[in-house]
Amino acid sequence: MTGTPTHSGPRTLYDKIFDAHVVDRQPDGTCLLYIDRHLVHEVTSPQAFEGLRMSGRKVRRPDQTIAVPDHNVPTTPDRVVGIENPEGRIQVAELDRNARDFGVNYYPMNDIRQGIVHIVGPEQGWTLPGMTVVCGDSHTATHGAFGALAHGIGTSEVEHVLATQTLIQKKSKNMKVEITGKLRPGVTAKDITLSIIGHTGTAGGTGYVIEYCGQAIRDLSMEGRMTVCNMAIEGGARAGLIAPDEKTFEYVKGRPHAPKGAAWEAALAWWKTLFSDEGAHWDKVVTIRGEDIEPVVTWGTSPEDVLPIGATVPAPQDFGGGKVEAARRSLDYMGLKPGMKLTDIKVDAVFIGSCTNGRIEDLRAAAEVLRGKHLAPGVRGMVVPGSGLVRMQAEEEGLDRIFTDAGFEWRLAGCSMCLGMNPDQLAPGERCAATSNRNFEGRMGRGGRTHLMSPVMAAAAAVTGHLTDVRELMAAPVDA
Amino acid sequence: MDKFTTLTGIAAPMPLVNIDTDMIIPKQFLKTIHRSGLGKNLFDEMRYFPDGTENPAFVLNKPAYRDAQIIVAGDNFGCGSSREHAPWALLDYGIRCVISTSFADIFYNNCFKNGILPIVLPPDAVEALMKDAENGANARLTVDLESQTVTGADGTAYPFEMDPHRKHCLLNGLDDIGLTMEKAPAIEAYEARIAQSQPWV
Ligand code: SF4
Repeated sequence: MTGTPTHSGPRTLYDKIFDAHVVDRQPDGTCLLYIDRHLVHEVTSPQAFEGLRMSGRKVRRPDQTIAVPDHNVPTTPDRVVGIENPEGRIQVAELDRNARDFGVNYYPMNDIRQGIVHIVGPEQGWTLPGMTVVCGDSHTATHGAFGALAHGIGTSEVEHVLATQTLIQKKSKNMKVEITGKLRPGVTAKDITLSIIGHTGTAGGTGYVIEYCGQAIRDLSMEGRMTVCNMAIEGGARAGLIAPDEKTFEYVKGRPHAPKGAAWEAALAWWKTLFSDEGAHWDKVVTIRGEDIEPVVTWGTSPEDVLPIGATVPAPQDFGGGKVEAARRSLDYMGLKPGMKLTDIKVDAVFIGSCTNGRIEDLRAAAEVLRGKHLAPGVRGMVVPGSGLVRMQAEEEGLDRIFTDAGFEWRLAGCSMCLGMNPDQLAPGERCAATSNRNFEGRMGRGGRTHLMSPVMAAAAAVTGHLTDVRELMAAPVDA
Repeated sequence: MDKFTTLTGIAAPMPLVNIDTDMIIPKQFLKTIHRSGLGKNLFDEMRYFPDGTENPAFVLNKPAYRDAQIIVAGDNFGCGSSREHAPWALLDYGIRCVISTSFADIFYNNCFKNGILPIVLPPDAVEALMKDAENGANARLTVDLESQTVTGADGTAYPFEMDPHRKHCLLNGLDDIGLTMEKAPAIEAYEARIAQSQPWV
């Protein structure tokens, strides 16, 4: 995994951010990279803090370290009285203790600002263009939407960053993914990101940092851009990013931890230099026409198992190599037969939430489809806002009423069913239309079956009880 | 961290592609606050039936592979979540080396922090070693990090590439944090520079 060496000629956005953070460079290209923001959650941090204690080390920059419990917090209102599951309770209590002992920024479980770490970071203005952002969580790529270099790290690396505020890195290669033109009605950021993975495969980005560009990406809101970058990891990339522009600056301005006054002006001047230069070198380029992207769903147990909603379930023989066996296993696990129409797949549950699609715009889009409608008989639905503030905003807009009137449960913020570490899980064999990012076996509960899709597509499935092309339900074009 | 120099052991074949970290260690075992003790739940949902009894069809439950120290796996091993619990579970079970055509990035990194050697070989070499591994306990592979070779049961040696820094750390069992701490002056200089030029960071 050698990468493009640093050079003085035209550089990509990734080159620029990487170069700006090099503390030390070894002859073999191994760099020590300074980390501007370190996000921490309860599942991947206890062993790292334990390591610090055992070696008598401190957190080098508690002011740049932000902790929030999200993965196994319950999302039912009774959580204010405590977490029932003893192990989950211990992990959250550990995070409380570690945040206190080491003096890092902390949003405890019952703080209104608590939520999924990748939603809280941008919301509070911790995530800024040009920064390096890491977290012991693969979906850290989300923050790339701001033109930040953001990626997931393991727990040993969490400990390394806590102790030194740096990370040992080698440069990745540069990959450009361009989405040209305009999206058609009913097609959203989620369809873009799933379609890219369907195109490149889950290992297509391995060894690369992806920059997403093109008119269809420019046209996306910040929420939509976060959805796209969020799943860079499902495409195998170390990180995904999007050059900052006026939308980015507008989103950041005035957030609690965004720069103010003269500092804002100085920051803005630098941020405006954050784009890939004309003539920069790309190791790989993928171009997709925005007009060609359809509303998609996944049929299997890998995020690359993506098809347009109008398609039919594939057969294992449609694939090659090791994928034949994997597809057979997937179909068996998913309980699907080759040749059946995707729209004939019935669902038992609908999950709207996660760091991919748990932001206000996602809830607005889903609510728009659900307004005045109801869950199909026998289908259960759950909406889990990505943060306490998203939840509050949605309530101010009356979205919670649309969801509850439609028969959905309206929950408190957290990761919830996305990985089913808390009590929100699928039962064996239960099939779910989900706005999250992973359809792995057992991800949402042992034996649970996950179909990934956009919030509007999940809402459409909720109404009809089977996978559905949302465009059939749309009175007016849904703005996403 | 334990050193990794040479290893001769049984290799278990797992030809499935895209073996993700949710398969390696399902989320219900992530609630621990320790690194050890995860080996019994390695590949839990493939290894055990829902009632907790062993699935005899799963490779590590077959007598020939119970003591496997090496896994030969399909493409893109370790994709998905960044959980370091995956290498912790492998290590706790006794796996010290995984051979595949490709690894997911974070998992690959995590292996080196825990004394596990992930080896990337070309598809035909992985295929040959997979066939070897399917021969059961006869399939003892030898991995030599110093010379960067895997030697199959029939004596065929396959060379592999390895980053020199990572190799050095694995061979000597070195801890990254200690090494980086020695660079504190460079870190301080960087911080001082940024405090001047980008005070908002
Ligand atoms: S919402 Fe899901 S993918 Fe996102 S951080 Fe939480 S568990 Fe991970």
